Amino acid sequence: MKKNYYLMSDGMLKRRENTVYFVNKDGKKPIPINKIYSIYAYGSLTFSSQAIHLLAKEGIPVHFFNYYGYYDGSFYPREKLLSGDLIINQAQHYLDHEKRIFIAKKFVEGAAKNMEKVLKYYSLENKIRSILPDLDGCNIITEVMNVEGRIRADYYQKMNEILPENFNFDKRVKRPPENMINALISFGNSMVYSTALSEIYNTQLNPTISYLHEPSERRFSLALDLSEIFKPILVDRLIFYLVNKRMLSEDDFEKDLNYCLLNDKGRKIFIKEYDERLKKTIKHRELNRKVSYKRLIRLESYKLIKHLLGSKEYKPFVMWW
Amino acid sequence: MLSDSEKNLRIIGTQIHYYFICKTKLWLFSHHIQMEQESDLVSLGKLLHEKSYKEEKEYTIDNLISIDFIKKQGCLELHEVKKSRTMKKSHEYQLLYYMYYLKQKKGIENIKGVINYPKIRKKVTINLDESKENELMDIIVDIGNILDMETPKPERMKICRKCAYFEFCWV
Ligand code: SF4
Repeated sequence: MKKNYYLMSDGMLKRRENTVYFVNKDGKKPIPINKIYSIYAYGSLTFSSQAIHLLAKEGIPVHFFNYYGYYDGSFYPREKLLSGDLIINQAQHYLDHEKRIFIAKKFVEGAAKNMEKVLKYYSLENKIRSILPDLDGCNIITEVMNVEGRIRADYYQKMNEILPENFNFDKRVKRPPENMINALISFGNSMVYSTALSEIYNTQLNPTISYLHEPSERRFSLALDLSEIFKPILVDRLIFYLVNKRMLSEDDFEKDLNYCLLNDKGRKIFIKEYDERLKKTIKHRELNRKVSYKRLIRLESYKLIKHLLGSKEYKPFVMWW
Repeated sequence: MLSDSEKNLRIIGTQIHYYFICKTKLWLFSHHIQMEQESDLVSLGKLLHEKSYKEEKEYTIDNLISIDFIKKQGCLELHEVKKSRTMKKSHEYQLLYYMYYLKQKKGIENIKGVINYPKIRKKVTINLDESKENELMDIIVDIGNILDMETPKPERMKICRKCAYFEFCWV
């Protein structure tokens, strides 16, 4: 089975035959090429050109994060899977306003319903159900975004009731996050984004054509779209788990007057648990087969492809447990 | 390297095979919605194939046609070895297509096709006559028609479980 590799320290990737070696101050660690699904680099990473050639040939994306743990960018190898027919359909669904807004609303609906599930698990009353129908009346993307914003505001407010007092927060602040929860959300969201991008890479979808987010917003904006649905499941639930189980404490953060970030130790804990979650499996209702959380994102891509090809209308993934 | 037309011909061989087993698969494959080969099932299949056929000579013609073995007895005999007759028609027409290809491209007139089913000790001989050639042409036209239409709705079959498109079709 292929795995994600998370490189936490500074180092270099070198290649000898079909093995890539991660070389850092502690030594040399071999990674057989056919074991790698994606690489997440949190330290500063250099490559030998042979190494990058091999990663390109094998179609392995590398995601880069900067010193603060922010997403910097990805090495997105040349597409192995391309379908002209699909790309045309993908673009057409973007250009046709009605088609675009249909998909955009579905992403918001999926995200909202998953948020609701998260809160329900903690038996918290919320307004999501009553805000959601407002989507129907939206005719432009900014209105859709607006509804999403209102849902999120209610959701984040409720999060405080799940968290211990020292982890409470007033509002979502992105860059730089100014308290612990914002730091965790930012860190986690950029991981989901990268995970989604790797999944998209393994399909014929073009990652730059998106529906909810503007394609100009980020280079791979379709990964932002898909992430929305999975953030509550993969990030928020993980945050509650880590904080409430006291696996993360204030010692795992680096604080300044203006910002708050996970430190090295905190990141390691988060990443380890995040990866465990990606690998965790559930029995899929429709497929009657076990699939991992990571695979759910791939399945979402397949559903989107089918929608774009006109073979089945897209319905966002909503946790059923 | 394969020239474009040879690649095309190889694709037609696969398409004929899919035409008989599943139209959805035919459509998706032909529109380049192909699944990545990461499933363990696929690689296991490959491994098995490599192992069991290692001892036998496999013929590849133009990098396109791979025939399990060839006999020359007055005419050219292309032999395929198959485990079971579940995909009988698909095997037959794929072989017919190979014969057709050799006739058109290489000018070989005197060809026979034989599908061997060693498990049930059966052999099926296939001749490329005019009616078969016409049938083959009809199939190729029909494939073109299917590809011009919308994705055929998947229909649940026994083979779905092992198909690379399983998740794609049924999610
Ligand atoms: S899963 Fe079944 S319906 Fe879908 S392509 Fe494969 S064989 Fe055809």
